[in-house]
Amino acid sequence: MKDLFFKDGVIGDPMNRVDGRLKVTGGARYSAEYELPGLVHSALVGSTIAKGRITSIDTKAAERAPGVMAVITHVNSIKVPGFAASAHPSEPSTIGQPLRVFYDEKIYFNDQPVAIVVADTLERARYAAGLVKVQYAAEQHQTSFDANTSRAVLPTSAKRNPKSPLADYDRGQTNAFQTAPVKLEAEYVIPSEMHNPMELQAIVAHWEAADKLTVYDKVQAVKGTQKAFAKDWKIPEENVKVIATFVGGAFGNGLHNWPHETAAIIAAKMVGRPVKLMLTREQMFTMVGYRPHAWQRVGIGATPDGKLVGITHEATGQTSSYEEFTESTLQQTRMMYQSPNVTTRYRILPLDVSTPIWMRGPGEATGAFALESALDELSYLLNIDPIELRLRNYTDQDPEKNLPWSTKFLKECYQMGADRIGWNKRPAKPGTLRDGDWLVGYGMGVGTFGANRRPAKARARLLANGTVLLQSATTDIGPGTGTVMVQIAADALGLPPKAIVFELGNSTFPEAPSQGGSATVASVGSAVVAACAELKKKLLELGGPGFSGAKPEDVTINSRVQMRAYNSSLPLEIGLRTNASVKVSYSDVLQRNGGQEVEVVGEGRPGNERQKYSMYSFSVHFAEVKVHTMTGEVRVTKMVSCADAGTIVNHKTAGNQMIGGAVGGIGMALTEAAVIDHRFGRYVTKDFAEYHVPVQADAPAIEVAFVDKPDLLVDPMGTKGIGEIAIIGVAPAIANAVFNATGKRIRELPITPDKLI
Amino acid sequence: MADQNPDQHPTGPKPGHNGARRTFLKQSTALTAFALTPGPVLKAAGSAWDEKVAAAIEQVPLRLDINGKKYKLSVEPRTTLLDLLREQLHLTGTKKGCDYGQCGACTVHVDGQRINSCLTLAVMQDGKKVTTIEGLAEGEKLHPIQEAFIKHDGFQCGYCTPGQIMSAVACIREGHANSEGEIREYMSGNICRCGAYPNIVAAIQEVKNGGQKV
Ligand code: FES
Ligand code: FES
Repeated sequence: MKDLFFKDGVIGDPMNRVDGRLKVTGGARYSAEYELPGLVHSALVGSTIAKGRITSIDTKAAERAPGVMAVITHVNSIKVPGFAASAHPSEPSTIGQPLRVFYDEKIYFNDQPVAIVVADTLERARYAAGLVKVQYAAEQHQTSFDANTSRAVLPTSAKRNPKSPLADYDRGQTNAFQTAPVKLEAEYVIPSEMHNPMELQAIVAHWEAADKLTVYDKVQAVKGTQKAFAKDWKIPEENVKVIATFVGGAFGNGLHNWPHETAAIIAAKMVGRPVKLMLTREQMFTMVGYRPHAWQRVGIGATPDGKLVGITHEATGQTSSYEEFTESTLQQTRMMYQSPNVTTRYRILPLDVSTPIWMRGPGEATGAFALESALDELSYLLNIDPIELRLRNYTDQDPEKNLPWSTKFLKECYQMGADRIGWNKRPAKPGTLRDGDWLVGYGMGVGTFGANRRPAKARARLLANGTVLLQSATTDIGPGTGTVMVQIAADALGLPPKAIVFELGNSTFPEAPSQGGSATVASVGSAVVAACAELKKKLLELGGPGFSGAKPEDVTINSRVQMRAYNSSLPLEIGLRTNASVKVSYSDVLQRNGGQEVEVVGEGRPGNERQKYSMYSFSVHFAEVKVHTMTGEVRVTKMVSCADAGTIVNHKTAGNQMIGGAVGGIGMALTEAAVIDHRFGRYVTKDFAEYHVPVQADAPAIEVAFVDKPDLLVDPMGTKGIGEIAIIGVAPAIANAVFNATGKRIRELPITPDKLI
Repeated sequence: MADQNPDQHPTGPKPGHNGARRTFLKQSTALTAFALTPGPVLKAAGSAWDEKVAAAIEQVPLRLDINGKKYKLSVEPRTTLLDLLREQLHLTGTKKGCDYGQCGACTVHVDGQRINSCLTLAVMQDGKKVTTIEGLAEGEKLHPIQEAFIKHDGFQCGYCTPGQIMSAVACIREGHANSEGEIREYMSGNICRCGAYPNIVAAIQEVKNGGQKV
C-alpha cells in the first residue's frame, strides 16, 4: 500500500478497510450481538397454510413450558396503533399494506408469523414455539406463477401516473420489430431468488420507556426504519433509535421492514424486556423478501447490417396479495441501444406469497438477462460479433430522455473486457471449441444502472485530540462505506486517513438515504465533502485576525502533517495553505468557540444537472465457460467484469464489490432457484442444501477493470455507483457463453445440467 | 427483580431460575391488553411444578477450555456449542449463518480440528479445548491469516469472516492449501454470500507461501 502521506491524495488508494481489524477478530458487532440487561429470547411460529384464517390457537402447552414468559398471538397481542385499518392504503415505498403482524386471523402466505414465544433462553423459546397448536380454515391458494399469468395487472402507480417508468412505453411505432428483415421473439424466465445474506435477519427490540424504542436491527436504512416504527407506534421519530453498526450482508432485503421486526417489538413491549429475535434460515425464505419470479418476452429486429429496427420487451413480476412490489425490469431496454422503436410493457402478478423486495441489481438484472440474451441470439442470426452488434447500436445520448449522458465510457469497457478474456478465442460457430470432454464457450452481457444520488447530511467535528469525527446515518452492508468516506474526508481536508473517524449505522446521526440503488458514495460522499468544507469555513471564522479575508478552501488542519508522515503527538494547529506564517493553535480556537469542539453539519443534494443530463453507470461482463459433454455440468472458468463507475475511490473495496457481483451472477445463472410446492404453497428450498448459492469451488478467477474516469456532474468526487452493475449483465454473459459452447440456448434460469443434456 | 437477567450469568440459566418469568406473569395480569383478552393467555402462571421438574433434569455440568480460559458450566443437553458461545458466554465472534452445518460461519477449532459449532452439542465437547476467532490473535498481534485477510480484502460484510479464518488456519495446518484448486475445494464449506472468494484464496496462499507458522 502507498504511504499514507496526504499530499498524494487518498482517493483511489487501495487502502485497507478501516473496520477490517474488527471483522477479522470477531469484534464487529451485528444486530443479534448486543447484550442488554434483562434481554430475553424469542422464536416465531409460522402458518402452515398459504391462505385462509386461523380458527383457533392453543398456546397452553407452550405457556407451561419451562422458562416461557409469553406466547403472543393475534388473540392477545397489543394492537400496533399505526396499523391502517383498511387493507389497501397507499404507502410510499410499496403500494399496499405491509403485513400487519398479529392483527387478525387472516393468513396471506405460508409461514406467516402467527405467534411469537418469549422465554429466558433461546432453547426454551424455540422448544415452546413447537408446542403452539394452530387450527386453520384454509382457502384455495394461488402460488403458481404459470397457472395465474392471466391475472397480471398494470401496477397502481402506473395507472395513477402514465408518465411513471412502470407505465406502458412506446417509442416510435409499437412492435416495430415485427417489420424488420431479421427478427426473433423469445420468452425468458427467472425463478424467485433469495438474498440469503450470511447473517440471518435479527433484531433486538428494547422499549427504554413506554414511548421510547431502541432497535438493533439488520437494516439498510436506519432513518427509514426509524420513520416506519415511529409511524407504527405513533411516537415522535426522535423517540425511535435504530442501530445497525455492522450489517452481515443484505443485498436489498434490509430495504423494507418485515413482520419479524414488529413481532419482536410487540413482544418487547408486552414483556417489558429487551427481546432478541433471530430468524432461522428457513424463515429467511419466507418473510424477508426475494427477487421475484419473472416472465419476459423480447421481440427484437434488425436490418441485415445489424441496425436495430425495434425492440419489444414485456415483463411480468410476481408480488404478494397485500403489497404491490415493482422494479425497473425494462429500464435498460429503453435507454441502452439506438433503436428508433421501443415498446415496453410491465405487469405484476399478485400471488399468495410474501412480498418480494429489490435484490442486488434488482429488476435491471432480471431485464438484462432477457435483453442481453436476445441481442446475443440476434447476433448469431445476423452473423455479427455480439460486441460489434452492440457497437453498431451504440447511443451517444439517452434515447429515452433525449438527454446527453453525463459520462459514458462503455466502449472502453468492451475493449478492456475483450482483451482480458481473450475474446478472439471465441468460436464464431457454437459448439466447436473443445477441451477434452468439455465444450468451451465465451459470452458477454451489458449492465447499466442509474448513477443515483440523493440528499444526505454528515456531521464533522474536530476533536481536541486532532481527530476529525464524521457521522452520517448511512449503513455499511459490506461495500466498505466507512472506508471510502474516510478517504473522501481525508482528501477534502488534506489529512491522512488515520486522522479521520467515520461513524454510521445510527439513526441519531444526520439524515442519509437507505443503502440501496447504488447511491451511497455519491450521496453520503457529497455530504462528507460538504461537511469538510463547512468545517474549514467555521475554522476560518474562529481563526482570528490573521485569517480574515482568506478563503475557506485554503484552511489547513496542518501542523501534524507537515512532515512526510503524520505525527499525532504534535500540537494541533490551524493554518493557511497560502501563508505559512498564519497559524493558530486549536486550543485557542476551542476557546473562541466557547470551549466546544468545532462541529458542523454539511448537506449535499443533487441539483438541476439531473434535468440536463442522463446519468448511468455501465458494466460489461465476460464469461468463459466449460460445459461437460456427458453430464451437462457448467463450470465458469474465467470472468472479466469491466465498469464505468466514475472515480474509483478505493480500488481494493470496489474491486471486491465487482467480484461479489460476479459471484452473485454465477449463482443467478447456474444454481439459484427458490421452489414452491404448489400443493401446499410452501417453499421446498429452505436452506443451503436445497438452495444453492455459489461456494468457493464455484468461483473462478475473476478479473476486474475500471475505466476510472470521474463524472463530476454526478457528484463532487466524480463517482457513479457500483453495487448493482456488478451483477447486472452477468447471468446473460454466462447464458451466452453456454450457447457459444454448446449451441443450446437456455432461456430459463438457472442453467442446470438437466437443461443441457 | 433480583433475577432480572438470567443471561448475564456466566453459567447460563440455573435450575429453578424462573423468577423473571413469574414476575412477568404476575405483572402482566395487570396489563389492560391482557385483561381484555378473552383467550387463555396466561394460564402458564400455574405451571411452577412443571418447571421445577424440567429444570432439575435440564442442566448438566460441563468443563471447557475456551481460548485458554477454563469454564465450569452448567448447560442444557440440547444447547449447541454455537449457542453456548454466543448466547451464554457472549463470545459472539462465532457466527450463526444456518444452524445446520451448511455454511461454516460457526467454524471453531476443537482440540485443533475445525468443526461446525452448530452441529455439536456443547455437552459432547466436555473437557475439550475450544478456540474461537476471539482466541486467534496473540494480544494485539494478529494471526498471519487475519493480517492477510485484511490485506487481500478477504471479506465484505464480515459475517462469514470468523468462520473463514478459522477454516483457513485449519486448512493450512491440515496440509490442504497446496494449490489454488485445493484451497477452493477445502474452503468450500464456508459460504461467503458477499462473494469475496478469490480474495480469500489470495490471503490463504500468501500465508501458506510465506511459510509463516500458523
Ligand atoms: S451456522 Fe453452523 S454451519 Fe452454518
Ligand atoms: S463477507 Fe459477507 S458473507 Fe462473506
